[in-house]
Amino acid sequence: MKKILVPIKMVLDANMRPRVKADGTGIDLSGMKLSINPFCEIAVEEAVRLKEKGLAEQVVAISIGPAKAQDSLRQALAMGADSARLIETDGPIEPLAVAKLIRMVVDEEKPELVILGKQAVDDDCNQTGQMLAALLDWPQATFASALRVEGTVVHVTREVDGGHQTLSLPLPAVVTTDLRLNEPRHCSLPNIMKARKKALDVTPVAACGVDTVPRLKVLGVKPPEPRKAGRRVADVSELVGDLRAAGAI
Amino acid sequence: MTLLLLADHDGHTLSDATARAVSAARDMGGALHLLVAGENVEPVAKAAADLSDVDKVLMADDPALAHMLAEPVAELLVGLSADYTAVIAPATSIGKDILPRVAARCDVMQVSDITRVIAQDTFERPIYAGNAIETVQSTDRLKVVTIRSSAFDAAPPGNASAPIARVSLPAGAWKARFESEELTKSERPELTSARIVISGGRGLGSAQAFQTVLAPLAECLHAAIGASRAAVDAGYAPNDLQVGQTGKIVAPELYIAIGISGAIQHLAGMKDAKVIVAINKDADAPIFQVADFGLVGDLFTLVPELVHALG
Ligand SMILES: Cc1cc2nc3c(=O)[nH]c(=O)nc-3n(C[C@H](O)[C@H](O)[C@H](O)COP(=O)(O)OP(=O)(O)OC[C@H]3O[C@@H](n4cnc5c(N)ncnc54)[C@H](O)[C@@H]3O)c2cc1C
Ligand SMILES: Nc1ncnc2c1ncn2[C@@H]1O[C@H](COP(=O)(O)O)[C@@H](O)[C@H]1O
Repeated sequence: MKKILVPIKMVLDANMRPRVKADGTGIDLSGMKLSINPFCEIAVEEAVRLKEKGLAEQVVAISIGPAKAQDSLRQALAMGADSARLIETDGPIEPLAVAKLIRMVVDEEKPELVILGKQAVDDDCNQTGQMLAALLDWPQATFASALRVEGTVVHVTREVDGGHQTLSLPLPAVVTTDLRLNEPRHCSLPNIMKARKKALDVTPVAACGVDTVPRLKVLGVKPPEPRKAGRRVADVSELVGDLRAAGAI
Repeated sequence: MTLLLLADHDGHTLSDATARAVSAARDMGGALHLLVAGENVEPVAKAAADLSDVDKVLMADDPALAHMLAEPVAELLVGLSADYTAVIAPATSIGKDILPRVAARCDVMQVSDITRVIAQDTFERPIYAGNAIETVQSTDRLKVVTIRSSAFDAAPPGNASAPIARVSLPAGAWKARFESEELTKSERPELTSARIVISGGRGLGSAQAFQTVLAPLAECLHAAIGASRAAVDAGYAPNDLQVGQTGKIVAPELYIAIGISGAIQHLAGMKDAKVIVAINKDADAPIFQVADFGLVGDLFTLVPELVHALG
């Protein structure tokens, strides 16, 4: 195939502990480490591997987000993507609007395959890939743990509640990644340097003519109910006694 | 106002997640219709009709629906949606696959994985792996919502059976094809509905230890077995046992974490358990911060001792 498009989102690093803002309006990201969403990193890795196997000619990364999301796009370029695009926004943006913007880019770039993460670990929505597939009227395979391209068909093994399921999709198609699809590479310094010279095109969202007005009103964000402090037990017989007393067994 | 709930099932049995989603629907208020889609699903439709609070069951029986693939099921839901104020589904792998497709076709935003209904249009949902709870209000005419099953009790059987009406799948050229599936077979209780869950982590060290150390404990407590991502990645346990932000969410009466450190992504899947026990040799493991009862020591001696004590 000629081209794979990989949408990536920059999120709070998965190792950081999110802090809820005191005024209850959201999560305080100031001074926090932001990284490429882990599932998107897996998506980039898969696309680059397909290119390395000679199954795809070009990998294009796209992000919709603040100017700073260029850092995540540069990482995708260092991993092996050929070019990148940022649609720059300043406020939060919902999966439906993201899917519409990606559809616009699909119309321009004409990829045969779009690989997204199954879920962004900030909003935990798990929607964008499925929405994009619906808007394009393309087949979808979500939660992929294995992917094999054969001519104009992609065979995808999915992680489902009871185990695994394998589907075949004629291209063009949308795939979303699960954790066990691959293990993303570390970027070498020479590749990071090379990535600085690759094309990164920035378009303001206002120039796209896509309705991005949020449909969900966030009325508040609060920390979860804290758990009551527990205690240490000295040995197994104390544990069994406590569990019986608590009615747990 | 009438709600349409997509029933989750495996072709033969209605899932417990569906009964739990019925409770969430009841909290939203209004009449409730269940859609049972599949091939030869009459027994499933009958089970759906027997749940309390269900006013009507729509049954779509078609070979093209056999594996509940996203394209046909979403089109079926889109076609029916005009008559409803909300389309909802449990946030199972089926619901998560299909509902966003429906939302996009209807040009509305989905509200994912709700844990509480505040009003017909307002919901609580966890974000950032459950480190924050967001309250959101949908301004769309049609609400498309997925339900986190662990946050709701299963609806009991009702007094009378609801009527079952057949609906047909519109003709379409569905592109994705089902090839095969490998489902994990287990005699144990199902992970997301079990009263007790015993989970193993990297500390188990091997697939064999899941069998020789964890299984006897699960046996004597009639518990389901779960696993951390590290244990699944290492091949100690199958993927469908992963508990966490990106695996299954459980809220059992008792959760025993064995050889699991307690990363936030793991806690996201189990911290609403009623009682949490942690067994870990590292006294500083973060899992102890959420455990009601913590036992520090080597799991390879403590777990067999526990099995023995429970007799
Ligand atoms: C995007 C993303 C999503 C993720 N989703 C999930 C998810 O859904 N679920 C999930 O679980 N993780 C998830 N993770 C991974 C998570 O961050 C942790 O890496 C993982 O939970 C660690 O598993 P563990 O506790 O088994 O392993 P470790 O962190 O290695 O802990 C092993 C523990 O075993 C103890 N131990 C070792 N030997 C013994 C012994 N003999 N006796 C007693 N104790 C012993 C050690 O002290 C240690 O605490 C995700 C990560 C990312 C980035
Ligand atoms: N702002 C964004 N820019 C680019 N890709 C995105 C964006 N938001 C979501 N995605 C893609 O959609 C996937 C699922 O996100 P979500 O539906 O928000 O959980 C992510 O892993 C990305 O691949």
